[in-house]
Amino acid sequence: MNDIEKVKKDIIEFVINEFIDDEDEAEDIDENSALISSGIVDSFSMVSLKRFLEKKFELAIPDAKATPEAFDTVNNIIKLIDELKG
Amino acid sequence: MAFTKARELYQNTLSEIKEAGLYKEERVIHSPQGVDINVEFPAGDPAKEVINLCANNYLGLSSHPEVIKAAHEGLDKRGYGMSSVRFICGTQDVHSELERKLSDFLGTEDTILFASCLDANAGIFEAVLGEEDAIIADKLVHASIIDGIRLCKAQQYVYKHSDMAHLEQKLQEAQDARLRMIVTDGVFSMDGDIAKLDEIVALAEQYDAMVMVDDSHATGFMGKTGRGTHELKGVFGKVDIITTTLGKAMGGASGGCVSAPREMVDLLRQRARPYLFSNTMPPVIVSAALKVIDLISTTTELRDKLEDNTKYFRARMEEAGFDLKAGESPIVPVMLYNAKLAQDISRDIYQDGIFAVGFFFPVVAKGQARIRTQISASHERSHLDRAVEVFTRVGGKYDILGKGKKEIIAMYGK
Repeated sequence: MNDIEKVKKDIIEFVINEFIDDEDEAEDIDENSALISSGIVDSFSMVSLKRFLEKKFELAIPDAKATPEAFDTVNNIIKLIDELKG
Repeated sequence: MAFTKARELYQNTLSEIKEAGLYKEERVIHSPQGVDINVEFPAGDPAKEVINLCANNYLGLSSHPEVIKAAHEGLDKRGYGMSSVRFICGTQDVHSELERKLSDFLGTEDTILFASCLDANAGIFEAVLGEEDAIIADKLVHASIIDGIRLCKAQQYVYKHSDMAHLEQKLQEAQDARLRMIVTDGVFSMDGDIAKLDEIVALAEQYDAMVMVDDSHATGFMGKTGRGTHELKGVFGKVDIITTTLGKAMGGASGGCVSAPREMVDLLRQRARPYLFSNTMPPVIVSAALKVIDLISTTTELRDKLEDNTKYFRARMEEAGFDLKAGESPIVPVMLYNAKLAQDISRDIYQDGIFAVGFFFPVVAKGQARIRTQISASHERSHLDRAVEVFTRVGGKYDILGKGKKEIIAMYGK
């Protein structure tokens, strides 16, 4: 497994552990699953997702960048992290 | 016309809301609040008598003759308005008396009144917590708590709904904070389930955290003497902070409060913005609320009847084959999972004189659509029997009786 796949897996694992109650739903989550617009991660819970990402990637995500769109899928999140890591 | 651009924008937004099926229309009631009400819906239709199954009028006190009488007396003796915030010239003897009585009733040191519990929840966090502190909230707390937390600089943690292992993990993560506050609803308004307050209090003691409970859907009737969720769960006197409303079981007009240790209440009087910058509660409501506390402190008759009614309605609906959210609160959600099905059934039962509303995303999670019914002490068996009869007929029409989540989703989708 390369680095990027491992990172995706870690983020998905975090989302499942933090936000999913239903085991059936957990199985359906992948890198393209809508997290925010589907209601899995509500805007209230986005704060802990943001904190997790900041800690994991050792960076600060400016509030202006932490939009529902940027956080909506694991792929979007990776894109955002890449951009911030520059 | 400065509004031209905005008007166009708002019209588009409203169209989007309508297209998504999320547009909310008011149903106009031409009678006092109660279990038999006269409703005009849709707007312009002749008003008709329906049985109300969707009010927060748990104890049936909204139009209780003694409460109305106390309101009249309060109006005569203390006037209509105060034209002031509390700390300038808006505190009467009745306000102080109500705060004392609420503290006694809820088992706390002191109480501060707000215009609503939404105001109490919006004001509390930023007034008593700073960036060195941590708030650890249940995922399903009421919207007003979420708004209040957003106004506060404290670190925010969210635990999965009623998941004690997850809460413990968050408490561990927040051990570096100066102060920790666990925040939960007592009874959750959409599912009607009850917070595990006994376990929450034990974890709070272990990890040195305060506990705050919004008991709006519990004050007046949960627990043997109606004190709330803390009484029901055997932790009366052990919950640090209770926010609650006078706008549901406690007469149903308006007003809310924070009931908490003395120093916290005192600090709220100095700093809570909805307290400082919004009018005092009107004397007429304060006077009626005092009567409500007297009534429910003298006898548990109303909350006992509510408990009986709830058990009866739950049992009969289950017998009929409906999929209910399990629980013991008078919030009884009839699970339908599909948003359109919830709307269709709500419309059909209304045709037959039963008034209960469908809830679906974004009010509840996707695939969790339901009709939320709420039982009152004012319901007689005849009301509940009629409701079950109508629900059963309509449930039969949609062929959902005796079917569970998977089967209903298989038929109607999520």
